[in-house]
Amino acid sequence: MSSETAPAAAGAGMQGARPEAPAEPTARQPLWQQAARWEVGLVVVLIGSLIFGSSESSTFDSQTTLFYGGINAGYIAIMALPMMLIVVTAEIDLSVASTLGMAGALLGDLWHHGWGIWPALIAALVVGVLGGTLNGVLVAKAGLPSIAVTIGTLTLYRGIAEILLGSQTIPGVGDRSFPVWFTKIGVVPVPGTHLSYTTVIFIVLAIICGVVLHATPLGRSLYAIGLQPEAARFAGIRVTRIKFWLFVASGLICAFAGILLTAQNSSVSYNAGYGLELNVVAIALFGGVSIFGGKGTVIGVVLSATIVATLQMAMTQMTIDPNVQEIVIGVLLLISVVVPSIGKLARWSAARALRSRPLQSVRTALPLTVRTK
Amino acid sequence: MKRYNKSRCAAVRRPAVLAFAAVAAVSVVAACSSSSSSSAAGAGSASTGASASTGTSASAAASGIKKGLVVYFIPKDTQNPYEVLADQGGARALTGLGGKVVVSSGTADTAAAQIPSIQAAIQAHADAIVIAGNDPSALCPSLEQASSAGIKILSFDSDVTCGSSPNHLFVNQADTASIGTSEVDILAKEIGSSGQIAILSAAASATNQNSWIAYMKQELSKYPKMTLVKTVYGNDDPATSLTVLQGLLSAYPNLKGIISPTTVGIQASAQYLDTHKSLLKKLTLTGLGLPSQMKPYVKDGTVKEFELWNPSNLGYLAGYAAAALASGSASLTPGSSFTAGTLGSYKVLAPTTGVGPSIVLGPPTVFDAANVDQFNF
Repeated sequence: MSSETAPAAAGAGMQGARPEAPAEPTARQPLWQQAARWEVGLVVVLIGSLIFGSSESSTFDSQTTLFYGGINAGYIAIMALPMMLIVVTAEIDLSVASTLGMAGALLGDLWHHGWGIWPALIAALVVGVLGGTLNGVLVAKAGLPSIAVTIGTLTLYRGIAEILLGSQTIPGVGDRSFPVWFTKIGVVPVPGTHLSYTTVIFIVLAIICGVVLHATPLGRSLYAIGLQPEAARFAGIRVTRIKFWLFVASGLICAFAGILLTAQNSSVSYNAGYGLELNVVAIALFGGVSIFGGKGTVIGVVLSATIVATLQMAMTQMTIDPNVQEIVIGVLLLISVVVPSIGKLARWSAARALRSRPLQSVRTALPLTVRTK
Repeated sequence: MKRYNKSRCAAVRRPAVLAFAAVAAVSVVAACSSSSSSSAAGAGSASTGASASTGTSASAAASGIKKGLVVYFIPKDTQNPYEVLADQGGARALTGLGGKVVVSSGTADTAAAQIPSIQAAIQAHADAIVIAGNDPSALCPSLEQASSAGIKILSFDSDVTCGSSPNHLFVNQADTASIGTSEVDILAKEIGSSGQIAILSAAASATNQNSWIAYMKQELSKYPKMTLVKTVYGNDDPATSLTVLQGLLSAYPNLKGIISPTTVGIQASAQYLDTHKSLLKKLTLTGLGLPSQMKPYVKDGTVKEFELWNPSNLGYLAGYAAAALASGSASLTPGSSFTAGTLGSYKVLAPTTGVGPSIVLGPPTVFDAANVDQFNF
């Protein structure tokens, strides 16, 4: 079935990824109305996860769960925000976790070589911006497919991290420790709350992201780019420039996440954040962002990140086998892809039943492939 | 296909879709909850099963040990066969002492995968944590939190270098220096002390691997004709280990020896050499391996000699050490001693450079075709 949808995907066909999307862009409902349906489902899942956690784990109902959940998932969720903006424009950035690793490794390397903390932090952010710039140039300016480009930079940036630090963990024996104000973000919550620093930073960034995406012309143009890049271009939207800056922003945010992770761990090694790009993509997609672009809300991503963190905390407290934990997250991701398609299938069979009504009922039992010939 | 595209314009049944999403979501949660209770029970029975199979009575040595201790064993990951044996050894020790072991970790060898397990131990008010560090420093903030919550911290297999925050006991499998030097000596003996050699390690950040490799390099200065051309990292993953091995072999066609100081790496390498026998004429493999996994390769001559200690005994020792520390019958003070069940008495050694207070299981055993059958781990 997917092989049939793929060729039809050039423009309006992409909307088929979600059942709510009408075929004609002119007939579209306001975006928040379409998306609200997916988000309601997420709220149900979140409530279910919370009930599951508090009934199955005796230690779940505590403030430390909130804090630890933020420590574990906050820096990943932060990377999901630029990821969702990029996916809305029908591109993807798979180099996010490697950018995190590269920025962290540079921070560690410079610290090891006697740099002060502030210059090292700024350098880490700059290298993130440079990494994002390279992605942006290759994808937006050169027009190369983002999935191929960022798989390349995924290995490239991780390789740079490995060259910088090798087998060292910084600070190693003989190195200065990172300043206490820097490393305490992994140990203490934000004063007056039980939230980790990464959680608060994620909330702030999500609000900024939500305002930009849902309340500005720029945000509208991101959806337009994702739905109809050609039409968006003719409508005067600077597709190339917007995509370029999205990748740069992604590099910056991921470098920032690398700094946060370094602070939380009081140290950094080249494999910081290894393999997390898939978690980041999973959070975005489960949050209702369509992999075909043009659809998704920030609140969906926030809910999705919260659900993943909640389930992970509950399952670890219950010492559920980590393989089973991954299966649960995998099933959630599958649901986020399959459920909309089931809606589409329901429409097909409804349309089919309608058309075949005058004919013999056996006709309706024929496989779809036979009928489309 | 065009026609089919048009038919997609039919009206959507939104409420139906929404209802389905909700039902599906709830059923996933329900599925988790049912699998959770069974898997938790499974873990519990696995540990008691291990204790029953040993048949050794450890109650005599349990003087001064509190009942009902809960010790979290946090291995590098949950699949590594070596770590599974060690965790079973720990479970055997604690069950004998009237306590229990909870094994918790991730599927990948990263610090990030272990931190949630440390947090779970804190939240469960565990008495002690026995951890095999995937990273020397990244776990320290979490371990320090555990320590301030009154949990005794021990490391085994791979140490963490947290300095005094937190203070912890390293349960060392064998003297670090002798592991590194003896492997170089074994290889030198087999390849006539000359030629290019390489090391196939685990994760580049693994503390134990790096300290052994440091001693290997030191020992190599005794063999001026042997040159270490490259250290590669297979991340204790069979597929990655194989890939980096193939990379090594194509980059250094004159390679004469490989040391793989990790059970995953040496097995992956032995398997490859076993199916590429022509390589064996010029290439020698040694390292740290599990006798049970290496038996066929030693028998057919792919590998002549390799080393290891009994991982189950290491976990057993760590379990007793954890119980003794948590009961207050032993401390981190050098010279403090405790009895580790069937293994006898152990004394805490004074800190040295880079290693805090530690205890050492014993010297490594060298396995070859003659003795490999005597070991069943």
